[in-house]
Amino acid sequence: MDYAGSDRAGVPVSIKILIAGGFGVGKTTLVGSVTEIRPLRTEEPLTEQGTHVDMLDGVERKTTTTVALDFGRITIRENLVVYLFGTPGQERFWFMWDELSRGALGAVVLADTRRLADCFPSVDYFEKHHLPFVVAVNCFDGARRYNPKAVRSAVDLDPDVPVVLCDARLPSSGRDVLIALVEHAIATIKRNTELSAGALAP
Amino acid sequence: MTLPEDRWLDHDAGPVVRPYALIGGRTRPIGETLDVIAMIIAVRGISLDPVGLEPEHLAALRLSSLPISVADLAADLDLPLGVVQILLGDLRERSLITVHYPIPPARLPDPQILKEVVDGLRRL
Repeated sequence: MDYAGSDRAGVPVSIKILIAGGFGVGKTTLVGSVTEIRPLRTEEPLTEQGTHVDMLDGVERKTTTTVALDFGRITIRENLVVYLFGTPGQERFWFMWDELSRGALGAVVLADTRRLADCFPSVDYFEKHHLPFVVAVNCFDGARRYNPKAVRSAVDLDPDVPVVLCDARLPSSGRDVLIALVEHAIATIKRNTELSAGALAP
Repeated sequence: MTLPEDRWLDHDAGPVVRPYALIGGRTRPIGETLDVIAMIIAVRGISLDPVGLEPEHLAALRLSSLPISVADLAADLDLPLGVVQILLGDLRERSLITVHYPIPPARLPDPQILKEVVDGLRRL
């Protein structure tokens, strides 16, 4: 593996952040507020019902169709780049999440208090995979009428998971959500490092 | 090289045929699947034997003359991610590209890098 070393000179360090949440909660808006969106096409398996009719000789078990996900790139400085990936909203795209979440710094789970349950699968996923995440409540009308405490309680979040309010349309707001996530990830990495150091101590 | 507009690749298009014809019907790359943020760099100064390489392989090589991520390559080539991962697997097999795998955040050599990210985001 080409880990840090002289041969990495001039090669950007790339960091991956996922933007998750239910369908239509504002993931694309958030990515687009802080950076230019580029569409990334990917494949999804066809449904079980489709499998038998779509089987083609020479294509083996290739039974996929194409979906697009949003990604964006923020250049922090020369050779330090943050990539944002808007994860496909529906649960049937979870196969993509495994690939996207591997090695990710963390995730933003966007939530809409009118449809709070839509964010539960994302929260479950990142809890299960021990990926640092923050819950960002997208206040669509800009009104701060949502109480983060109530959201925390309703989603049954661990106490250390930050809940922030945001307006995904505003660059400053999207930026603050990302900062909250990176700071949370730093704290999580630090804690885990201390825990493992403690476990190794005699 | 002009890539087709691929208008048929909308949500209702059903199974993708052409990109998989391009990669010989394969669905898995040679070797490990490349992360979307792995950085790719074409190896310079080697004589290229184009036999067995498609125009898309060559386009990927041209685009990676400077370090570029797998995701950016897929967007630039306007090809599905899985197809690009297979093309890059071929190029890696032929030692035509160097792959820099992303470093897991917890194993970054310099923890200051993440603080730099915070500072950089604040400047946005």
